[in-house]
Amino acid sequence: MKKYIDQGKKDTRSGFGAGLAAVGKANENVVALCADLVGSLKMDEFIGNNPERFFQMGITEANMMSVAAGMTIGGKIPFTGTFANFSTGRVYDQIRQSIAYSDKNVKICASHAGLTLGEDGATHQILEDIGLMKMLPGMVVINPCDYNQTKAATEAIAEYVGPVYLRFGRPKVANFTPINQKFEIGKALQLTEGTDVTIVATGHLVWESLKAAEVLEAKGISVEVINIHTIKPLDKDAILASVAKTGCIVTAEEHNHLGGLGESIARVLAQNNPTPQEFVATNDTFGESGTPEQLMKKYGLDDTAIINAVEKVISRK
Amino acid sequence: MSTQQLQDQVIQVRRDILRMVHKVSSGHPGGSLGCAEFLVCLYNEVMKHDTNFKMDGFNEDLFFLSNGHISPVYYSVLARSGYFPVSELNTFRLLNTRLQGHPTTHEGLDGIRIASGSLGQGMSVAIGAALTKKLNGEDTTVYSLHGDGELQEGQIWEAAMYAAGNKVDNYIATVDYNKKQIDGATDDVLPLGDLKAKFEAFGWDVLDVKQGNDIDTILKALAEAKSRTGKGKPVCILLHTEMGNGIDFMMGTHAWHGKAPNDEQLAEGLRQNPETLGDY
Repeated sequence: MKKYIDQGKKDTRSGFGAGLAAVGKANENVVALCADLVGSLKMDEFIGNNPERFFQMGITEANMMSVAAGMTIGGKIPFTGTFANFSTGRVYDQIRQSIAYSDKNVKICASHAGLTLGEDGATHQILEDIGLMKMLPGMVVINPCDYNQTKAATEAIAEYVGPVYLRFGRPKVANFTPINQKFEIGKALQLTEGTDVTIVATGHLVWESLKAAEVLEAKGISVEVINIHTIKPLDKDAILASVAKTGCIVTAEEHNHLGGLGESIARVLAQNNPTPQEFVATNDTFGESGTPEQLMKKYGLDDTAIINAVEKVISRK
Repeated sequence: MSTQQLQDQVIQVRRDILRMVHKVSSGHPGGSLGCAEFLVCLYNEVMKHDTNFKMDGFNEDLFFLSNGHISPVYYSVLARSGYFPVSELNTFRLLNTRLQGHPTTHEGLDGIRIASGSLGQGMSVAIGAALTKKLNGEDTTVYSLHGDGELQEGQIWEAAMYAAGNKVDNYIATVDYNKKQIDGATDDVLPLGDLKAKFEAFGWDVLDVKQGNDIDTILKALAEAKSRTGKGKPVCILLHTEMGNGIDFMMGTHAWHGKAPNDEQLAEGLRQNPETLGDY
């Protein structure tokens, strides 16, 4: 099985910050907006380089989304920055009408997604954002897995014309994808090759899946791990090709099982090749305060949960 | 255009509004009629704009309709300004039309740059467009129109605070101040209080314009507002209008906010506004 090395733990939000600085240099039409969370979103480098292209919005998230929509008229490419909760649910109607329905080239960049922002608790955690955003017609939904991939994704979405939701997190996690790996929107990455089970993971759960795969490999179970950084549009060919080989699948995400990646994949399988599937996701619940590790364990989102799900799904074949 | 020519277009626009909403027995004639003079003046006399429509609108003045439900007057004025054939007004609210119930970019109707209908978003959108014009080094003006009831939306005040705090001074927001909304008088539904004092307290330059359905008054107000741009403050026009203006039985009431006339009412409304530029 192919091994992946942690190059040193880093937060995905810093990958966003680095990517934003890069696109700020590369394209003078890129502008950034932030609702009073510059430090949390790691936007300082962009601001330092391009003060005239940075817009401090204050705590006006609804205003920020509609302002971003307006800024596209005249060729700007706005990147909005706030927490995932305030990037989606709080401003859903603004995104729906002014950005998605109006087909505006806005990049909604959302940090502190999922449970792993930790101690702030459920008011600031969000486990529903993938569902909210994937339901909007025309919206691209991306959840990269580590620092390098988040930086690459940030650069890729600047090139893509159309509304995008980019979701990333707060904690420092393993950074294991190759530096400067090309990021193709909508193209899944096969990380390991296997024949007994497919694990399709997104975001922080990709590393957990690789850890689980190692343990399972030692038990003689051959695991194919797929990193699906783009939840919409979904790379269904990659999923169908893999399950044709393995005959069962585990989906893993830091999100509610309602509305998440797992449901999108279940639809693809139901329509094309009904396959046993287990869901590593939260079970229709809010989060709570705690350290990221404690929360991932309690809510069943760690490598142990993935191993259990694999064993269960193989038994259903 | 002379005042008479503008008035002729207003009368034709009134006929368009009545005929559009009558045909599909739905739509919003009251607010549309109240803003006919304003939009006719804006598109014919005030804005520098190109009817060969380009979304980016470089070096053009831009207009955003935030209270999207008055789409009939917007569509009529756009068509009669040359953005699309007036015959297309005949498709208002019909299946497969570009003239959706509320304005949208989705069907590719020339002249429209953002969807509106869900209220309170257009001021922020206009501010965004105004910021881009500043970044692009343009000496142009962005305009928006809002219902007075729409000012009950919280986002308006986020936007108002932002625009003043950041000196968005290439922007003129107009409030259709008819003091009525669907459920009744704004004073009964949710009082707006002293709007002039509110906008001034937020840091805006405010013009209180009493005769908002008088063409010369509107032209004078828009010229005055334009002269106040570029001075560090966003500009607001509180345009006192009459809902249903020009159709006597639709005036002085909120009843025609979202109700279409029947056959007899249409005939009476048209009789009060004889054809000027030709019906579509």
